[in-house]
Amino acid sequence: MLDATLFAGQVFNGFSLASLFVLAALGLALSFGLMRVINMAHGEMLMLGGYLAYLTYLIVPGPAAILVAMPVAFLGAAVVGGLMEVTVIRRLSSRPLDTLLATWGVSLILQQAARSVFGPIGVGVTAPDWLNTGFALGSLYFPSTRIFILAVAVAVLAGLGLLIARTRLGLLVRAVNQDRMMAAASGINTRRVDLAVFCLGTGIAGLAGVVLSLLGPVTPSVGQSYIVPAFLVVVMGGLGSMVGTTAAAIILGLVSALSQIFLDVSMSQVLMLLFVIIFLQFRPQGVVATRSRALEG
Amino acid sequence: MKNSATGALCGAATIALAVTAAHAEDAVAVGVLQSLSGTMAISEVTVKNAEVMAIDEINAAGGVMGRQIEAVVEDGASDPAIFAQKASKLIQNDDVATVFGGWTSASRKAMLPVFERADSLLWYPVQFEGNECSPNIMYSGAQPNQQILPAYDWAKAEGKQSYFLVGSDYVFPRTANLIVKKHLAEDGLALAGEQYVPLGGTDFSAVIAKIRAAKPDIIFNTLNGDSNVSFFKQMAAAGMGPDKVQVMSFSIAEQEAQAMGASLVAGSYATWNYFETLPTEANAEFVQAYRTLYGEDAAVTDPMLHGYLNVYAWKAAVEAAGSFDTDAVRAAAVGLDVDTPMGTVSFSPNQSLRQAALVGKLDSQGQFEIVWSSDAAIEPEPYDALTFPGKTCGFVTN
Repeated sequence: MLDATLFAGQVFNGFSLASLFVLAALGLALSFGLMRVINMAHGEMLMLGGYLAYLTYLIVPGPAAILVAMPVAFLGAAVVGGLMEVTVIRRLSSRPLDTLLATWGVSLILQQAARSVFGPIGVGVTAPDWLNTGFALGSLYFPSTRIFILAVAVAVLAGLGLLIARTRLGLLVRAVNQDRMMAAASGINTRRVDLAVFCLGTGIAGLAGVVLSLLGPVTPSVGQSYIVPAFLVVVMGGLGSMVGTTAAAIILGLVSALSQIFLDVSMSQVLMLLFVIIFLQFRPQGVVATRSRALEG
Repeated sequence: MKNSATGALCGAATIALAVTAAHAEDAVAVGVLQSLSGTMAISEVTVKNAEVMAIDEINAAGGVMGRQIEAVVEDGASDPAIFAQKASKLIQNDDVATVFGGWTSASRKAMLPVFERADSLLWYPVQFEGNECSPNIMYSGAQPNQQILPAYDWAKAEGKQSYFLVGSDYVFPRTANLIVKKHLAEDGLALAGEQYVPLGGTDFSAVIAKIRAAKPDIIFNTLNGDSNVSFFKQMAAAGMGPDKVQVMSFSIAEQEAQAMGASLVAGSYATWNYFETLPTEANAEFVQAYRTLYGEDAAVTDPMLHGYLNVYAWKAAVEAAGSFDTDAVRAAAVGLDVDTPMGTVSFSPNQSLRQAALVGKLDSQGQFEIVWSSDAAIEPEPYDALTFPGKTCGFVTN
């Protein structure tokens, strides 16, 4: 029953799924890595990105709308993320349980707001014609939307890698990540670094919302269906590590896609959860172990 | 300060109660119980509108046996437990004569014991998976042999040899597909595949890969809600839009099609017992009446029509029985002809509606072009003989 075409197709679909997981999880990993904040409203940043894409399509229709929508959604989600950081998260900085509850509250408020503004039923974003094609390779078929999403994920990873490794902001982020107290003592404004990283993380989630709108409807609860896999990816990747997050996303994407050769989507989700549980039994620190003072003590 | 406010509130409540009580002496109360909030609200609010519209029409025409009908509208909040709770509130506190409502099978199953215990009657407006038959429910939505099997018979007559079944993972798709599989095996046709996605699921990459590999003649789609958008979008992106691979859907009516974006689903098929485009004069009047109240863009769907006709069927039964009593109404309703926008229909002794099935093809406006009709009304069968041999409605004595 193992058909080579189906197998090859599912490997591609695995990477495609992984690219979605990466985009959804990176922001979570960033804010957890640096600030130990579990942002339950992260899924709603995806939703926000999706609705911003929808609005962009209304204002500037045409083939390039998706390219306009990406910076719009990135900035929009980053601004909302920034507001959330300043008004909620910063004030609860040393109380992880309270942040969890407060951000969950924010999540509910944002969902209900979307329901009031856009209605409970989803809105649709139509992919431009240049994304509505695909490439056939023998009996394999690669939809352009999936290739586009893969490209976006790779670009975001590369951009983020460069930012962390090569820029002054990256240097500050690494310093705060390694030792917050020492960084503060040497004159780094850690609050500003926190704010920048949080905005960056929510902005990436906004981008994820735009690409998700190419695959499905944008609904007030769209974030909820991606937040669980995103948490799984972050936990399995080794909390807060970018390389680990990417590796975990690829592993989970492949586990999910390949198991679907034999199983229903429902059953493959069960399998994915079991896989994570067993994996963490043997490697509780995740794919990449992060060593950070913040994790000790 | 707080006390006086509470006192004022209590006073207001007492006056309100007194007013309702005085009013209730000449009016007869009925319950309308649909989800007005939560995930099902989008579908159920319109059914509530249609039910209330029927009640208002009847009131304007003089009421039932000379008495006005007073609708007590309650919100089931998309939660089966709340449906049960509100049903018992309607029966016990509001003393309603009957209740119109419900949509999901879960909500119906939750309300069923409430109606059986109180021996009251629920009028249920939505197509469902059958396999249930209670003397306390009037099922006007299609039984499997009035929706799924006619669709299958149509596809068979069209010469379809292989069938791919895609559904959301819950009771309706599982039961519907069980029935289809039995019939495929019986007729020697091919089952190209069977795939379930969790309710609300958005990733169809593997399902689509399997459809591509299986090359079915037609897909039977029992997906519910938003998953449909993801499914059709990803099919189109994979170069397998409705123009290339035929899809027959069971949970997409006019409203869903228009909300999803009609161009996305244009060219796909659906089977219902009623379409907005049904070319009868009574239907044109019904659609116009609804649009006058709810806007020119409002879509009219099969479950709305069933909600609407349920109210008229209850009125006819009450007047035939000369009583609001549950037993009398139930007995009178069976076999009684009711004129509706979809023609004259009647309930069978198993308390499901005898009705014709229609196959429609979606156009780019989100309306159905009717391509096939069973013409004659189909006798409802809660238990498919092939799938559940020997099971019958316990209370039917004929």
